[in-house]
Amino acid sequence: MNRPIVRIALAIVAFVVLVIVVNAFTGGDFLTAGNLTNVLRQITYNAILAVGQTFVIITAGIDLSVGSLIELTGVVMAQFANASGLSGPLLVLVTTLVGIAVGGGAGLINALPVVRLNLPPFITTLAMMLMARGLAFHLANGRPVPLNSDAFTTLGTGYALHDLLAPLGLPGIPWVVTVMIAVVVVFAIVLNRTRFGRYVLAIGGNEEAARLAGVNVALVKTLVYVISGACAGLAGMLLMARFQSGSPNTGIGSELQSIAAVVVGGTSLMGGRGSIVATFFGALLIGVLNNVMNLIGIDSYTQDIVLGAVILLAVMAEEIRKRVFAK
Amino acid sequence: MTGIEKSFPGVRALDGVSLDVRAGEVHALVGENGAGKSTLMKILAGAHIADGGSIAVDGVPVTMSGPKDAERLGIGMIYQEFNLVPDLGVIENIVLGIEPVRGWLLDRAAAGERARAILGDLGIRLPLDRPARRLSVAEQQLTEIAKALVRHARLIVMDEPTAALTDRETDALFALIAKLKAQGVAFVYISHRLEELPRIADRITVIRDGKAIETRPIAEMPQAEMVRLMVGRPLDAQFPALPPVASDAPVRLAVRDLRAAVNVNGVSFEVRAGEIVGLAGLVGAGRTETVRAIAGADVPTGGEIAVDGRVVRVSGPRSAIEAGIALITEDRKAQGLVLGMNVRENTTLAHLADYSRGPFIDHAAELAITTTEIAELRIRTPSSEQTVRNLSGGNQQKVVLAKWMTGDARVFLFDEPTRGVDVGAKAEIYALMLQLLARGAGIVMVSSELPEVLGMAHRVLVVRAGTIVAEFARDDATPARVIAAAAGVAA
Repeated sequence: MNRPIVRIALAIVAFVVLVIVVNAFTGGDFLTAGNLTNVLRQITYNAILAVGQTFVIITAGIDLSVGSLIELTGVVMAQFANASGLSGPLLVLVTTLVGIAVGGGAGLINALPVVRLNLPPFITTLAMMLMARGLAFHLANGRPVPLNSDAFTTLGTGYALHDLLAPLGLPGIPWVVTVMIAVVVVFAIVLNRTRFGRYVLAIGGNEEAARLAGVNVALVKTLVYVISGACAGLAGMLLMARFQSGSPNTGIGSELQSIAAVVVGGTSLMGGRGSIVATFFGALLIGVLNNVMNLIGIDSYTQDIVLGAVILLAVMAEEIRKRVFAK
Repeated sequence: MTGIEKSFPGVRALDGVSLDVRAGEVHALVGENGAGKSTLMKILAGAHIADGGSIAVDGVPVTMSGPKDAERLGIGMIYQEFNLVPDLGVIENIVLGIEPVRGWLLDRAAAGERARAILGDLGIRLPLDRPARRLSVAEQQLTEIAKALVRHARLIVMDEPTAALTDRETDALFALIAKLKAQGVAFVYISHRLEELPRIADRITVIRDGKAIETRPIAEMPQAEMVRLMVGRPLDAQFPALPPVASDAPVRLAVRDLRAAVNVNGVSFEVRAGEIVGLAGLVGAGRTETVRAIAGADVPTGGEIAVDGRVVRVSGPRSAIEAGIALITEDRKAQGLVLGMNVRENTTLAHLADYSRGPFIDHAAELAITTTEIAELRIRTPSSEQTVRNLSGGNQQKVVLAKWMTGDARVFLFDEPTRGVDVGAKAEIYALMLQLLARGAGIVMVSSELPEVLGMAHRVLVVRAGTIVAEFARDDATPARVIAAAAGVAA
């Protein structure tokens, strides 16, 4: 019963049942193509952050800086795009690379004290959280930086496969969603099929055993924080594309949302195991919950209470499941 | 304990075991790993609940529903891995959970008095304010004993108490046990070191496959008989015959004036192809530190290491592995294995590049090598996908060996290769070392078990204070000589 395939199947069944119940609750508003598309679009940013966060948490670390890095990279990218003189797809590509580089660079700064001085990542990423947010406000003079280009409009608000799905009465799949799916697929492969992914899991399971087996622990751990920062850069780009501006206060609380998605997905904060696909489902669950509560008209204060309770219940259920099957 | 039964999913751990322990008796409990000793003792300590059978203390039947019950009944448990809080001092650990209080506040003076009273009765001195993490193993053990006695334990269970003790510390422990015996305290004494049992035990019970096979006074159970009852079949001589080293065998490993930050102060020796060199010495003499420095686990600060005549710059584990050096560490759980990973993932961890195409792991190749190793090393596991945490100690050790045998290492450094491993698995590990020799490997073996060093090495080097102080050819290495050299006294 502990095989991943069985767990995923169980998760999917549970999900379908949940969807049907939820749909009844919302009087049918939930299960519409438009609403489902909306849910996916809303979870994009959190899911991408959570993918990077999963790698960090598997090594028994944590990255508190990703929320601020969304803001910092968003502001830097908006200013870069406005000043670059580029246009069209080239502008999007180069700007995205800038955002990923800034995020990844911040991740590198997060990692160095962790691998060199053995400082707790909680501290280094907390410091980065404060510094990146302050820097973002500084650079942006405290106001959102509007994009002076519509090159990002398609990416932020447009749809892929529009022509294919139009006859079915669907607008297509939002471009941001396709980016998210690509990120999930690529990093699921990285974690499960590559040496790097195996080393990440081994370090989380027993860092000393991994080191003595010749694994370059410092390099792998550094890359994990770089990945997390780069994911924040990518999420920052999509957010900027959607709102046509880079804003220094859009990411507050995002780091905790991403950690919640990872934990709801069943990855242990103790490190050593975890799954990208499960993290995606964690983000999806949280997204659906938010969406349904909006549809039913629950006020935002109550939403927070429900969300907190659901996170706690999900983790408790996972722990109980583990104990039952361990017997 | 009468007719104790306990099952785990798929395993019948205990099948009607009965055991009686008398006041003032040391009752030895022996058996291979997985025979059921630990399960039985955990039931006695209230850590597991028995499925069947009964327990009586002083003739009164009792029910156990948790560790608190055991404590109340005067049963103290000293596990192999101690249960001390690392950052608390000796006194705090001794009174942990039963702290004397005055109103809402801890009564430190009373706590200190109690701890001192117990330690005074035992005639032992401990640095009372030192946190447990900075105590030696022997000091931690004494703290555990004091902790049990302060709770009025009348039966103390000790699991492998001498595994990490020096000979002198062992003597002190045995003297202490004898003293407590005279006061009527009973002991259940679990050990793999069969040779020490006649010194300490009154009676012995052998457990095999979840059954108590035999209980006898220790005087009526010679060691060979213990082994026979434990494995259920006669075992070949304890150590296999070592093939002689060819006179023209090349030097595999040459270490010259090796130095490291701790306890390695200029070590020089050579190991030839097909040769086992045993490193003997007291705990803390620098044996483990020496092999760790050779393998790059701790980076050497000076000296030279050469494999097959080529000097290797050892800057970390990776460089040593690439030079063909494999270190099988003494603590497999903390250093040798990723316990949450399966047999396959552990087997390939050190040479994953050999089972990959580019950055991607070749699952089929991984599976093939693991299947081969499972068969070759006779690893008892349901499949290559079994989590190693669920394997027995001997099989875990074999997985560690599998990890290093998959590569092309020519120098193998074994640090306590058979610690906590049962008799049957021991023989298999020795056989494996011979296989490595046949392949032309050179082996360095660190062992605290003198018979093992004497029985399994072509040459014995004695380490003291981080240098080699004596060397004996196999035929000249007598226990008396080796011990004398290790302790720094004239033989």
